[in-house]
Amino acid sequence: MSSARAERLVNLVLCLLSTRQFLTAERIRKIVPGYADVRGDEAFFRMFERDKAELRELGVPLETGRLSSFDTVDGYRIARQDYELGEIHLEPDEAAAVALAARLWDSPELAMPAHSALVKLRAAGVEVDEEQGRVQPRVRATDPAFAALLAAVRAGRAVTFDHQRGGVGGPVQRRTVEPWGVVSWRGRWYLCCYDRDRAAPRCFRISRIMEPVTALGPVGAVQVPEGVDLMGMVRQGVDPPPATDTARVWIADGRAHGLRRLARVVGRRSHGGRDGDEVELDLRNVETLARWVAGHGPDVAVLGPQRLAEAVRANWAAAVAAHTEPLVPR
Amino acid sequence: MSTGGVTERLPRLLSLVPYLLARPGIPVAEAAADFGISEKQLRRDLELLWMCGLPGYGPGDLVDLSFSGDTVTVTHDAGMRRPLRLTTAEATALLMALRTLADVPGVADTEAVRRAAAKVERAVGDAGLAGVAIDGPSREEAATTAAVRDALAAGNAMRIVYYTAGRDAVSQRTIDPMRLLIVDGRGYLEAWCRRAEAVRLFRLDRVEDVVVLDEPAAPPPDAEPTDVSEGLFRPSADHRSAVLLLEREVRWVAEYYPVDEIAELGDERMQVRLRYADPSWLVRLVLGLGGGARLVEPAELVEAVACGRGRRSARWIGRTVRMGDMMLVVLTVVVGVVLLVVLLLLVLPPVRRFTRANAALRAGVAGRVAVLRALADERRRGSA
Repeated sequence: MSSARAERLVNLVLCLLSTRQFLTAERIRKIVPGYADVRGDEAFFRMFERDKAELRELGVPLETGRLSSFDTVDGYRIARQDYELGEIHLEPDEAAAVALAARLWDSPELAMPAHSALVKLRAAGVEVDEEQGRVQPRVRATDPAFAALLAAVRAGRAVTFDHQRGGVGGPVQRRTVEPWGVVSWRGRWYLCCYDRDRAAPRCFRISRIMEPVTALGPVGAVQVPEGVDLMGMVRQGVDPPPATDTARVWIADGRAHGLRRLARVVGRRSHGGRDGDEVELDLRNVETLARWVAGHGPDVAVLGPQRLAEAVRANWAAAVAAHTEPLVPR
Repeated sequence: MSTGGVTERLPRLLSLVPYLLARPGIPVAEAAADFGISEKQLRRDLELLWMCGLPGYGPGDLVDLSFSGDTVTVTHDAGMRRPLRLTTAEATALLMALRTLADVPGVADTEAVRRAAAKVERAVGDAGLAGVAIDGPSREEAATTAAVRDALAAGNAMRIVYYTAGRDAVSQRTIDPMRLLIVDGRGYLEAWCRRAEAVRLFRLDRVEDVVVLDEPAAPPPDAEPTDVSEGLFRPSADHRSAVLLLEREVRWVAEYYPVDEIAELGDERMQVRLRYADPSWLVRLVLGLGGGARLVEPAELVEAVACGRGRRSARWIGRTVRMGDMMLVVLTVVVGVVLLVVLLLLVLPPVRRFTRANAALRAGVAGRVAVLRALADERRRGSA
């Protein structure tokens, strides 16, 4: 940016901040240095339009309006309360957290705005020391479709994209959806939306949405239904069901450490002549727990309930059967 | 860093006056460092601002600065007292980062992160996280992760009890911590592991116990930080590989574990190559999947699962899978040979005795025949 242009824009901002009245373009041309030298109305208006667009792009809240009904042309001003960053005071540990957060992203589309946010916080008087020494959190590039989906949510526009069902290598399907919001749940991002193809609300894991995400239709066309609970939508589809029962399991000494991490030890017990612990596990889903238990073979034994023991035996039988049949492509 | 860009210089110019206003007499070098620009560029920016001000543009209307030695102070701000509010993109990037930090226990002091997020959110107002929901209340921070962070900040070595999922085992290690990082929504401690004599990433939620040692962390100077830009898993020479056929209901395996050479087989079945370190881990996985996954390679593990041997002892497999069979064959042969020898030893003497007796008998008979013949001859001669 040329110094002359930068100087003109800073002066324009200062001028519009200091006025309560709407200033017309002609008035601005007379009082803000840099416009006066421009020859010809057309050149001036072109330059002024470009400057306005640039300020808006930076987030300067440029108001348009007329002072009275007698005015024939629009004027401009900047409301100070809309322009200025609100009061903020951070304790040293909070400032340290902000410094960490500003360095978290390693993809430029998030790293750059995070840095400029930090610059503004500093300008607001917050002391942020960027030297954090050994704590260097880095988040791997966010899901590629994230930025486009967030933009569509903000704009209230429908989008269409290819979705990989079941993740990597899964069948690809074209979906057209009305995005309602993006949700972070246990470190993963989801898109909550109305799926036009299925005519029902749905959540998609954003990592399974492939680029490009194409926006469709007019801005503001998507209306988020009153009272929709985005977090609830994701939780319903992703969260493990609540524990309905308790499983009692024997684990041989020194074995199945992963299972032990989830278990509560009830007491000592021997099984099949081997020493071990009797433990309790939350039973949310028989299939899931059976999968964990079956893998351990004779090192873990189900003491109850019966349906879990049966599921474990069924897993064994099915695994053996699958590996005994000859391999024939179906 | 570029300093001329439209999108960079104007926001900086608008931030500079409030920044300096909050810090009277700040060294120019320090201000330049905070904005990530050279001192020369900062002086150029200040010269430009010195020319700006309010309409009228008289001495009392312009931005006024005073330089003293290497420091600078704003003496008149021309109405630029506060920075411009955050744009939606800026607020989103910063708040999402704060929420991510709060959501991954251990990497930062989650209490402070949550307080900071609340304050930033209040200050940015409308530009906040509209259309973005993040799960809160955050999970409780374990005492172990706080201890890890403290030791890292203090620069001390530590002894940890760590759960390794790949081997389903808990081990004790002495480590020299290097840094904390977040990958795919989980916190990791990168450290030099003295036992492995290599840089290792420890998942924070798998650190079961921490003892901070009274000695400084001293990773060797050649300890290289891990490149996580392509994800955590890097196949190494120690890794073996297996070919797995996944039925539709267990396709998630391909997303959960490091796989490559993915092939679709139709009917939503897929074949993948899976990297693994420990055969018993693989057998546990396949047994647990109960027929949803079928091993194609390696053959010895296929056989192990097929015989249901894994059911008897998953740990045993991989090391001694063929030993059992070999032993059986050897044993049979040995027993056979022994039996044969014993049989021979038992059978031979009677046979020999019999032949000897036979010979004697024959000799005896021949003698008697000769005697009888002699007697008969004498009788014939006597009667004549």
